[in-house]
Amino acid sequence: MIVSIEQLDGIAAEHTKKTGVFGKTVKICCGTGCVSSGALKVYEKLSEFINAEGLADKVLIKKTGCHGLCERGPIVVFGDDEILYQTVGKRNLEDDARLLLKTIREGVIAENLLYKGEDKTKRYVSPRDIPFYAGQTRVVLSQNGILDPEDIEEYISSGGYRAVYKALAMDPVEIIDWIQKSGLRGRGGGGFPTGTKWRSCKDAPGEPRYVIANGDEGDPGAFMDRSLMEGNPHAVIEGMIVGGYAISSHQGFIYVRDEYPLAVHRLSIAIDKAREYGLLGSNIFNSGFDFDIKIFRGGGAFVCGESTALMSSIEGKTGEPRAKYIHTVEKGLWDKPSNLNNVETWACVPHIINKGWEWFASIGTPESKGTKVFSLVGKVKNTGLVEVPMGITLNEIIFKLGGGIQGNRKFKAVQTGGPSGGCIPGEYLEMPVDFDSLTRLGSMMGSGGMIVMDERDCMVDVARYFLKFLVDESCGKCTPCREGVRRMFEIVDNICSGKGSKGDVEHLEELARAIQLGSLCALGQSAPNPVLSTIKYFRDEYNVHIEQKKCPAGVCKALTTFMIDAEKCTGCMRCASECPVGCISGEKKKVHTIDQSKCIKCGTCYDMCKFDAVKYA
Amino acid sequence: MEVDAAVINTIIDKYGKDKSYLLAMFQDVQRQYRYLPKEAIRHICDMLHLPFSKGYEVATFYSSLSLTPRGKHTVHVCLGTACHLRGGPNILDTFERELHIKRGDTTENGLFTLESVNCLGACALAPLVRVDGHDYGKTTPGSVKKIIKEYGEST
Amino acid sequence: MVEFAINGKKVTAEKGESVLDVAHREGFDIPTLCYHDTLGSDGRCRLCVVEVRKGNRKRIATSCLYPAESGIEVFTESPDVLLVRKTVLELLLARCPNSETIQYLAKEYGVTQARYRKDNDKGKCILCNLCVKTCELNVGAAALGMSGKGPFKKVTTPYGEPSNDCIGCGACVAICPTGHIYIEEKDGVRTIWNKRFELARCPKCNRYHAPVEQLAFIASRSGTTMEQLLICPDCK
Repeated sequence: MIVSIEQLDGIAAEHTKKTGVFGKTVKICCGTGCVSSGALKVYEKLSEFINAEGLADKVLIKKTGCHGLCERGPIVVFGDDEILYQTVGKRNLEDDARLLLKTIREGVIAENLLYKGEDKTKRYVSPRDIPFYAGQTRVVLSQNGILDPEDIEEYISSGGYRAVYKALAMDPVEIIDWIQKSGLRGRGGGGFPTGTKWRSCKDAPGEPRYVIANGDEGDPGAFMDRSLMEGNPHAVIEGMIVGGYAISSHQGFIYVRDEYPLAVHRLSIAIDKAREYGLLGSNIFNSGFDFDIKIFRGGGAFVCGESTALMSSIEGKTGEPRAKYIHTVEKGLWDKPSNLNNVETWACVPHIINKGWEWFASIGTPESKGTKVFSLVGKVKNTGLVEVPMGITLNEIIFKLGGGIQGNRKFKAVQTGGPSGGCIPGEYLEMPVDFDSLTRLGSMMGSGGMIVMDERDCMVDVARYFLKFLVDESCGKCTPCREGVRRMFEIVDNICSGKGSKGDVEHLEELARAIQLGSLCALGQSAPNPVLSTIKYFRDEYNVHIEQKKCPAGVCKALTTFMIDAEKCTGCMRCASECPVGCISGEKKKVHTIDQSKCIKCGTCYDMCKFDAVKYA
Repeated sequence: MEVDAAVINTIIDKYGKDKSYLLAMFQDVQRQYRYLPKEAIRHICDMLHLPFSKGYEVATFYSSLSLTPRGKHTVHVCLGTACHLRGGPNILDTFERELHIKRGDTTENGLFTLESVNCLGACALAPLVRVDGHDYGKTTPGSVKKIIKEYGEST
Repeated sequence: MVEFAINGKKVTAEKGESVLDVAHREGFDIPTLCYHDTLGSDGRCRLCVVEVRKGNRKRIATSCLYPAESGIEVFTESPDVLLVRKTVLELLLARCPNSETIQYLAKEYGVTQARYRKDNDKGKCILCNLCVKTCELNVGAAALGMSGKGPFKKVTTPYGEPSNDCIGCGACVAICPTGHIYIEEKDGVRTIWNKRFELARCPKCNRYHAPVEQLAFIASRSGTTMEQLLICPDCK
């Protein structure tokens, strides 16, 4: 049981001593992305070699949380960011593990595991030099990829739980004041000032009070919260303890998506360990303050990311939102004052307490302070997680950190804010990224998903995709969302199938406005955004679909035909062997042809062809 | 399906007979039986003094719960935005074609259940397929056939 | 006591009273479908929307849930209000093309045709939830619930099967605003929610009057004997 700062320091010192005996540290990223790429096999193989070589007491091999550069996983980092190896074990596990061993034993750098630059000649040794990392400001993610998330002592030795200690000696009002002055705004999408929320909850009458962490990260293409919960669960817990103390709550809840089993696992371990060390439970640090946390698993319902639906789900009911004319800070979970923040927001709190609100407020823009984690996905070269100061431009994120568009195709749009957000076209790439700028563009910050699209992506199809998503995920409680969104889907689906007619776009706009105005919750109110923003910036594309019955990007199947250009086809047979329905015929070194009657228009041949011989019209 | 009351009671007790954990109890039952049997819903409702109709509401609202028996292997094709852009729908089409079932259905031999999921958060590996918790990244129509073969043969 | 304005007229209300209640009391016409005075409201149908202005802010709010507060200005027929109501009615008309209630209301707002494909599998159900609530809160049987979500949501007994909890009282039929719920009485048997109920016959006038199960349910809750309950209300 830890009751004093001396004990905390003692554990840290003990841990540093324990790990200090190892001459070298090897950190293997075990985030979901790298695990899916085979990181655990790398860990096992390397451990096997280390043991066989009798180096087990000299080398510390750590399984860490997400390093961010998921595109190049599995990622292995040596020591204090001296070397970064990428795609380890992808070609040959045995060979790559031997290369790791060689680096450990002889300090020889394995050239072919290094990250290569754009021109394929420059190789980067330290992650600090890789543009993807160099352009980031890591605060929330600072410990991700360094700590073993299942080891509380690691967290403590890296300065963990000092914020709780410091906060418990402060006046709760002062803490709220700090949060307010730091300028922290909700990272889940809304951007509501966190300090204001805390204050309202503290001032609301009624007992008990609850604090809730929203880890129901449902926006497709967003995985910031997942990486945090998996990579540094104690930071979320620590933030919640501080929040609980500030608003006089003794019970916290973390609501985690069912699709994130690893996050549930790591959080459970973290909570158990924190209890064991006396950092959760009664009389924390002998302050007289009691606080505990329970985990709730979601059930695969996107709407449960909405605060009132989430609370209803914790109460054991269906996740139907309710009107918020009386705010959840007054009447939330079981009608008691409840303070809900996103996982990333909670993880910012210990940093603000430790380093002071002035420090946090010094990062970012006048209205949006601090850093924001984005998941950069889609047609970008470096898919992964980036943490950047608010106010950085889209251009910097996508082209500098993200490395630009895959296959050097042309950038078309970036989608932010998930199903509640919108598509931003190229002319706004110099726009600073903060809560208010994105909203002004008809999109929103959302939780931080950034989906990059290129010329091969059809904006009408993207609108159709989000509508389909929202039709499936509407809870069905109120008429505009339940009935209206599916009718919007029908209209857009018709347009994509070549059955659109004049006036459809205007009809969509009218219906969209009614849904925005009339829906019960934020999910319904924002549901038309993906359609409205694509109409706003890509109206021509809708018109071409409707009037000329063509899909310029070659995505909408009913409007697309794939053909092989006889001039360019080399007869390599690649398309024929990959065609899922076997409708491409042709002999080696002879021009191939597509049997249009069998073609399912999946575009695999187009993507496979290295000679630009497959065309679409 | 015969439901063992003792097994269900253990699950109910694990959550201290707390109604708030209805969804969690259902998920645990599903883990046990690969679906949520009617008798289990009824039993849990009885034990928690909840109307059966409320249990049924919860059981049908959350898409991670299934009221019909699932196959031995559950294939989740990710249709998150990144997977959608990188060919996820074609992957789903290929599974449907190769397994001769539609999304949400189970093959006649009870080997595969095919589901789609809205983002598993491993977007770097798009298009992603998860089979029984094991992830397959950067799938192509060709690799789909290999995945089916792998699981088809192992049983 | 709070004071505010509806369409320019000054009104007073108890704090916390809904804008809808005040408006109705003051004689303003606001249409509703899912609202019921004994069961409160959840804001499902969105027909009762009004425009609420507060300083520079204006918003569309469901009047059945919006608590009256001092200084607000409420408009019951603004262009945005009419857009939402018309849209809701057009959507419901496409969902329930055979519902006379919806046809009538839609016509009042100038909607005679829905621009969408008509549904043929939803009956006249607009998912107002009143049947579910009356069954649980007024009757105490809780035999009904919603199943599924989004466009697939529907009112049902568990698995659509005859429910042990249903007592055949027909309160759901009485409260349904659109006449969606099927009930039939023939030869001393009432059929509702796929369940057949034997009807009790009044020993005095020999008429069928209520399901035996319903009387037994009342007997068990109220302590009134079955003999007394068997006598129909007319003969009491």
